[in-house]
Amino acid sequence: MKLIFNRLKYFLLLDICKGLYLTFKRIFKPSVTINYPYEKAPLSPRFRGEHALRRYPNGEERCIACKLCEAVCPALAITIEAEERDDGSRRTTKYDIDMTKCIYCGLCQEACPVDAIVQGPNYEFATETHEELIYNKEKLLDNGDRWELALQKNIDSDAPYR
Amino acid sequence: MNEKQIKNLTLNFGPQHPAAHGVLRLVLEMDGEVVERADPHIGLLHRGTEKLIENKTYLQAMPYFDRLDYVSPMVQEHAFVLAAEQLLNLNIPERALWIRVLFDEITRILNHALQIGAQGLDLGATTPFLWLFEEREKLMSFYEAVSGARLHAAYYRIGGVHQDIPDQTLEEIFNWSNGFNKIINDIEGLLDENRIFKQRTVDIGVVSKKEALDWGFTGPMLRGSGVVWDIRKHEPYAVYDKVEFDIPIGKNGDCYDRYLIRMEEMKQSLKIIKQVLDKIPKGDVIVDNPRISPPKRNNMKSSMESLISHFKLYTEGVRVPEGSIYKAVEAPKGEFGVFLVSDGSNKPYRCKIRAPGFAHLQGLDFMTKGHQLADLVACIATMDVVFGEIDR
Repeated sequence: MKLIFNRLKYFLLLDICKGLYLTFKRIFKPSVTINYPYEKAPLSPRFRGEHALRRYPNGEERCIACKLCEAVCPALAITIEAEERDDGSRRTTKYDIDMTKCIYCGLCQEACPVDAIVQGPNYEFATETHEELIYNKEKLLDNGDRWELALQKNIDSDAPYR
Repeated sequence: MNEKQIKNLTLNFGPQHPAAHGVLRLVLEMDGEVVERADPHIGLLHRGTEKLIENKTYLQAMPYFDRLDYVSPMVQEHAFVLAAEQLLNLNIPERALWIRVLFDEITRILNHALQIGAQGLDLGATTPFLWLFEEREKLMSFYEAVSGARLHAAYYRIGGVHQDIPDQTLEEIFNWSNGFNKIINDIEGLLDENRIFKQRTVDIGVVSKKEALDWGFTGPMLRGSGVVWDIRKHEPYAVYDKVEFDIPIGKNGDCYDRYLIRMEEMKQSLKIIKQVLDKIPKGDVIVDNPRISPPKRNNMKSSMESLISHFKLYTEGVRVPEGSIYKAVEAPKGEFGVFLVSDGSNKPYRCKIRAPGFAHLQGLDFMTKGHQLADLVACIATMDVVFGEIDR
């Protein structure tokens, strides 16, 4: 009996019909794809994207050249040189991140004691040449200025968990 | 009549073949359409992870584990932190253990979703791939919510996990888990009975119980041959002894059985995820020990003591007592183990990684002997090879 039933199922193409029915049903569901450059998926406040060096609200740069990020970076992507500034405070003279070495693990922002180096929500920084991806201090500070609103918002919303 | 000797054709398969799942290069000896011998050539993705880890502190070594089997990142971090924690003799906060189980199971679904989708795609079914990738996308957003990265999470830490799960993420996982069953049922409706899928998988790549044990198979490859073995059950780590789940085993050890097992494992993972969401306790997510875990950010900014230990931890790292240990976890692909030798310094003296895919790939030759070339593709898919972990 079971054999006959199975044969019948085979000749009636029931398995194929079931698959077709299932895929057909999907036509009526809303599309899940997004129209990328115009629509973007939401990001979590912890998202680890492009780096930025932040400033204090009074415009003074946060980084104090403690070199913790340089020490903790597993990919050795960060290079820092520091000197005493004219006003006696210790600042970096060179802060380079090789974005092509970086593995975006987030250890630098975790290690930074003054929230100076952070990984922001930007992930669209592809370039045409390798050189453009070797960021210097100027570029990083510029990033910080540009993304400050979003960066501060992310840090604030994630603060209870840090 | 003259007799003519015909030499077998040697065929190079990969390393850039779309069905080779990465950078697998196979040298095949073909007798017409039939595979006589399959010789995998590996090493094209060798990055020297084990050696690199010897020069990194324990914290810095963490991101490397994500990059081994890049389809199931967090489970591998789990093996590493388990080994280090055992050497340090730590008591991990309860909540951290539950979070780890939660994300191990999410990772398992992530991995099986890719495997089943890719296997379907290799055998000519496009739809399951698309549906499952939609689910993977949702799961990766949970990864992102807790760790900040969609793939290379670097979320587990020695002594716990990096940050607590945001409350709304737990809710999102709950909402997702209610809908996922339907997706599994849809995929089953597409593939389980489908004659093309069955013709391509039933009795293909049969592994007997003995062969599976002899060749060191683990995970679905071993269970597919009917061996009851799951590290989560037999040597429970984290809180796997406090959750209920079944381990599916196969009867025939063919590709179809292994597909069914992976489907069932996804359901079991879902069951575990629901239990975790029910039972997850409140509390700390990382041990409160200034020598192991960094201080809270607020403390670090106000207390000198904390600042000192913060600096110590991020430069010198954790000092792990002398000793050696092997710890294995049930990764989605099988037994993923880490053999850690510590000389008492802040860096591992040796870190040997046991990747399940490596053992599975050895079996390719006997699995495919006498099969046709197209069935070889089914075998590669069912072994679930990922070259990050095989070449390391």
